[in-house]
Amino acid sequence: MRVALFVTCVNDTLFPGTGRAVVTLLRRLGVDVDFPMAQTCCGQMHVNTGYRDEGARLARRTVAAFRGYDAVVMPSGSCAAMVREQYPRLTGGPQAPPGLRAAVDELTPRTYELTEFLVDVLGVTDVGAYFPHRVTYHPTCHSLRGLHLGDRPLALLRQVRGLELVPLPNAEECCGFGGTFAVKNAGVSAAMCADKVRNVLDTGAEVLCAADNSCLMHIGGTLGRQRTGVRVMHLAEILAATEAATGDGAERAASARRPGAAR
Amino acid sequence: MSRTFLGMPGAAPRSGDEGFPERAARALRDSQLRFNLRKATRTIRARRAGVVAELPDWAELRRAGKEIKDHTLRHLDTYLIQLEEAVTKAGGHVHWAADAAEANRIVAGIVKATGETEVVKVKSMATQEIGLNEALLAEGVTAYETDLAELIVQLGDDWPSHILVPAIHRNRSEIREIFTRRMAEWGRPAPEDLPDDPPALAEAARLHLRERFLSTKVAISGANFAVAETGTLVVLESEGNGRMCLTLPETLITVLGIEKLVPTWRDLEVFLQLLPRSSTGERMNPYTSTWTGATEGQEFHLVLLDNGRTGVLADEVGRQALRCIRCSACLNVCPVYERVGGHAYGSVYPGPIGAILTPQLRGMGSELDRSLPYASSLCGACYEVCPVAIDIPSVLVELRAKGRHHLAERTGMAAAGWVLERSGRLARMQRLGGRLRKLAPGRLPGPLGGWTDTRDLPPIPEESFRDWWNRTDGGRR
Repeated sequence: MRVALFVTCVNDTLFPGTGRAVVTLLRRLGVDVDFPMAQTCCGQMHVNTGYRDEGARLARRTVAAFRGYDAVVMPSGSCAAMVREQYPRLTGGPQAPPGLRAAVDELTPRTYELTEFLVDVLGVTDVGAYFPHRVTYHPTCHSLRGLHLGDRPLALLRQVRGLELVPLPNAEECCGFGGTFAVKNAGVSAAMCADKVRNVLDTGAEVLCAADNSCLMHIGGTLGRQRTGVRVMHLAEILAATEAATGDGAERAASARRPGAAR
Repeated sequence: MSRTFLGMPGAAPRSGDEGFPERAARALRDSQLRFNLRKATRTIRARRAGVVAELPDWAELRRAGKEIKDHTLRHLDTYLIQLEEAVTKAGGHVHWAADAAEANRIVAGIVKATGETEVVKVKSMATQEIGLNEALLAEGVTAYETDLAELIVQLGDDWPSHILVPAIHRNRSEIREIFTRRMAEWGRPAPEDLPDDPPALAEAARLHLRERFLSTKVAISGANFAVAETGTLVVLESEGNGRMCLTLPETLITVLGIEKLVPTWRDLEVFLQLLPRSSTGERMNPYTSTWTGATEGQEFHLVLLDNGRTGVLADEVGRQALRCIRCSACLNVCPVYERVGGHAYGSVYPGPIGAILTPQLRGMGSELDRSLPYASSLCGACYEVCPVAIDIPSVLVELRAKGRHHLAERTGMAAAGWVLERSGRLARMQRLGGRLRKLAPGRLPGPLGGWTDTRDLPPIPEESFRDWWNRTDGGRR
């Protein structure tokens, strides 16, 4: 099986540790993952901010970059939802050139968010991870209501040795990130995040994890500003961590993204 | 608290100079408002979830609701004519209004022909949309709202902030204060020493309204549905005040948005299940009134209102907004609405449905109407609860693509698009960012400052993922 990693532009640029964790994790599970260099961005920011033409151009690039792979794995619920839900409308509509339409139709069913790939394709929930911390999980909107990931992330987390999983109150509520919403409606976004942060703190968790680093950047940025000491981690980094503690996950857990301590 | 809204022109639904973010900022500062909204929306939300979960065939009902509405909208020309013929045959008069001004003119003409100067009103979104009360007042006719919450709003010189519960932004002590202060000016005064417990407040309203029902000869309503095959109008309500208006007066005028049609009584069955469960979270609403044409000794006028709907119908993506049955489930579940309330949307249609309906009905000429499609984090909770499956996030994105963007934003987006269009450009930008990482500011400039007001920025890594991959051959070296 030829598997490509679509790391996403946010992870590529700001959270390379998440990409490295996915590589570590998939190799451990016997999957040889490739990184097509032509990939950049799925186009979600442009499309959802009202710049459809630019977004469609990026979508066409993406479709071309991942041609020929059996599976495309994405460590982002939001970008995976973009490819699966919005690409067909954006580039595969009745007016699209027939070649492109076919390429979109071919790519979308081969696109998997990381936990879908692990649970549905590889058929594993125990990925051999070790992470001795109290963790809570925030289901991001696009992974919850877009992709319908359901129980998959929790099923994976439950099998992590040493990990104490605590439920997040009102987990299904949006954290207020919403891409450019966080800037265009900064006040409302911050008010939503304040409630999310209160719910996170109520769990007493040391680590908040999710399937989207963009939402975590927003919640983590607030947790950091408030000097709460709670750190945020992408789900992949927890799943990549092992007892040997040399993986990227452990490295990240030890230092990198303790909010507020970073700069 | 929301006293700040009293009589302020800024709160008027039609003032569009101020965008949603500015209006929202004012609401966010009002902690009493946020408390009231949080309590009320969460209560209704939980009630809805409970009664929806009871029905094993909810998904099928929802699909049926969507399909009936889509079918009706596709053949709207046929069904409107059918409705007109049926209403006329049953002794009613049908009027066609292309816009708000024409509808108001028609209604005012009918009222004036009766020689009356007072009308009672059933709670109606369509008449609020066209500003009927204000138009009637200009013609010397006073319109009295008889829905309890609309009464509170009217007595308080306020604007409704919710489709179903227009006074959701008020708590009971504020309502007591409004009744005590204003009821006497409008009719029967509130009892002395009125307490703020709900039964006492309801009783004060009941006594106040009863006098009105018995003395007023003209009533104006909207309708939830109109059955084309028989010409029957349908109103669902909780209080029975609507039924008083629909039955007692000599003249009844109903203003109906043209999208409210259903072809047959059988179709109604679907919506009588979808609507109460989605809106009040009840299995069935207490009062369902239906009427066909005019009863002897009474006169019935139906005003069919377009007011932008035909234009919406022409839009392939946006037209699904016309399926809306005004249940307000999307408001109650929306994290944005919950924090800012209805006034921030500057329209009688607030919340997620308002964010797609208002800019389509009014156009995107004003700053406010252009900003409404952005009043959402696209979290999708609205789509999930919508009983007629309106994909609100998709329509929001569609509308965003239609609106004008500010120059600074256009420039930034074009630059980002240029960088992301070639992987080599992205790699060079990443390396530049990595080298300058120590210089990253704690506060972002300009409009991006909204981010750093409440959040730290993530540290910029020394090396991007793609450079790591190249350097280490994907971690193998």
